[in-house]
Amino acid sequence: MIRGRLLTLLAALVALLVMIPLVWMVAVSFMVPGEAAQFPPPLFPAKPTLVNYRTLFEHYGVGRYLANSLLVSSFATILALVFVVPAGYAFAKLRFSGRDAIFQTLVALLVVPGQIGMLPLYLELKAMGLVNSYAGALVPWLAGIFGIFLVRQFCLSIPTELLEAARVDGASEGTILRRIVLPTLKPVLITLALFVFLGSWNDFIWPLIVLADQHLYTLPVALAALSREHVQDDELMMAGSVVTTLPVLVLFLALQRYYLDGLLAGSVKG
Amino acid sequence: MKQLSRSRQESRAGWLMTGPALAAIGLFFVIPAFGSLLLSFTDFDIYALADLRNLRFIGLENYGRLIGNPLFWQAMGNTMWFVVVGVPLLVATSLLAALLVNAKTLRWRPVWRVALFAPYVTTLVATAVVWNYLLHTRYGLINYALGKLGVGPIDWLGNPKTALPAILLFVTWKTFGYNMVIFLAALQAVPRDLEDAARVDGAGPWMRFRHVTLPAIAPTVLLVAILTVAGMFQLFAEPYVMTQGGPAGSTVTVLYFMFEEGFKWWRLGSGSAVAFVLFLCILAVTLVQLRIARKAGAI
Repeated sequence: MIRGRLLTLLAALVALLVMIPLVWMVAVSFMVPGEAAQFPPPLFPAKPTLVNYRTLFEHYGVGRYLANSLLVSSFATILALVFVVPAGYAFAKLRFSGRDAIFQTLVALLVVPGQIGMLPLYLELKAMGLVNSYAGALVPWLAGIFGIFLVRQFCLSIPTELLEAARVDGASEGTILRRIVLPTLKPVLITLALFVFLGSWNDFIWPLIVLADQHLYTLPVALAALSREHVQDDELMMAGSVVTTLPVLVLFLALQRYYLDGLLAGSVKG
Repeated sequence: MKQLSRSRQESRAGWLMTGPALAAIGLFFVIPAFGSLLLSFTDFDIYALADLRNLRFIGLENYGRLIGNPLFWQAMGNTMWFVVVGVPLLVATSLLAALLVNAKTLRWRPVWRVALFAPYVTTLVATAVVWNYLLHTRYGLINYALGKLGVGPIDWLGNPKTALPAILLFVTWKTFGYNMVIFLAALQAVPRDLEDAARVDGAGPWMRFRHVTLPAIAPTVLLVAILTVAGMFQLFAEPYVMTQGGPAGSTVTVLYFMFEEGFKWWRLGSGSAVAFVLFLCILAVTLVQLRIARKAGAI
């Protein structure tokens, strides 16, 4: 009994230590400008204020960056699902020549980090006229090998007799995918959507490369640029960090079961 | 007759459904990856960007020039430091966290699991900005806490000796939760009765961990180590936001170096050579890890 209490206390301490940076970020974002730069550093705002958030949206156009991030991540998510889900299902359940060889090649490609091809990809998109556009920012998310892997794993558990029965009834392959397969895929679709949305929202290096115009910046790119200009403005930058990271944190907390399930399914791949 | 047409229908549907994804993978992943190798044999720079006729094939010259570039070696050294120091640190931290959260008598386990995992899903750039202020010499919470323990203020990000450890501290905080969740799943698969039998035989906590738990989760340790190595080779936003590679190049990573070669100086040929070297390094370290694991009997 006592050991259980001690362990729980220890876990609480560790959790508190880990959460301090995030709690501090939120607390400082509500302080009046200059309040955080004191010694000893204050932990909570004396008079909570929204002035930093107002400055961000009124003077630094953060509303625009927020909209850009929402746009890029939403489209990346939708397009990734459209590209990845039928492919994952087909690799699991449809017989066609070359299927297994192609799938094994894809699995082998998982060890190649995406950054390797970044410079040629930039040139390629430049030739296609996609540099400096939203489309350029979300293109890498269409090539989601991991997503195909995830959907395929899930589809393997669909009984083939179910599909055969539908075929005997004269259903086309497209109808089978839409009417029979998709409804059973709901959990893995949520997982995949969550992965792509969070991944594209948090992505930094690719939007930094491909988006040159400031009015196209996503939140992380804009925040990095702002933080270089406003080194002294702790409170303003903390408000910017809250705006950038709160949406994904809330989304994760709301759907954590799906996220963690997907993470474990992915790590089993080895 | 009908059977044949049905299998042909299935085959056609298979190609239709995989086609778009395969085309995207080919266009946006495979071609650029191979293109990187080709580009690394050329002198592609800002002049070639303006007019392709300025492009020349120069063989291995980019690689030769990298070997003679001290900043490249500094970047390699920094990245290797992250691998050699960071990977064991991260594996140990996340395993300890997983053991704590997995303890049989612990209460409110899901709460602690989520709290420790939360940093992993936050936006890297945002939390790097937060840590910039936490690490501030005069007003940062970290120096404040150290001051209470009698340690004088440390200029974490301004000193070449402490900048790299400070970034590693941030990286550990940000990513250990991910590994912890993988370890937790592995720990839950360790049969409890095995551990109970060891307890009955009088084995202490360390003996039980060393001889029962660790052998059972060895493949997971390997997996986590491989994933962490790949992560350490890909550090970029951390130095970009926290130190801009400084002070005096002490936090330039290989990926940061590649980014500057390619998109600051527009030396895309040379940058591609860096990318390719990076890939070979990840591959080499992973193969070494697999070999060690095989020798130790972990897989």
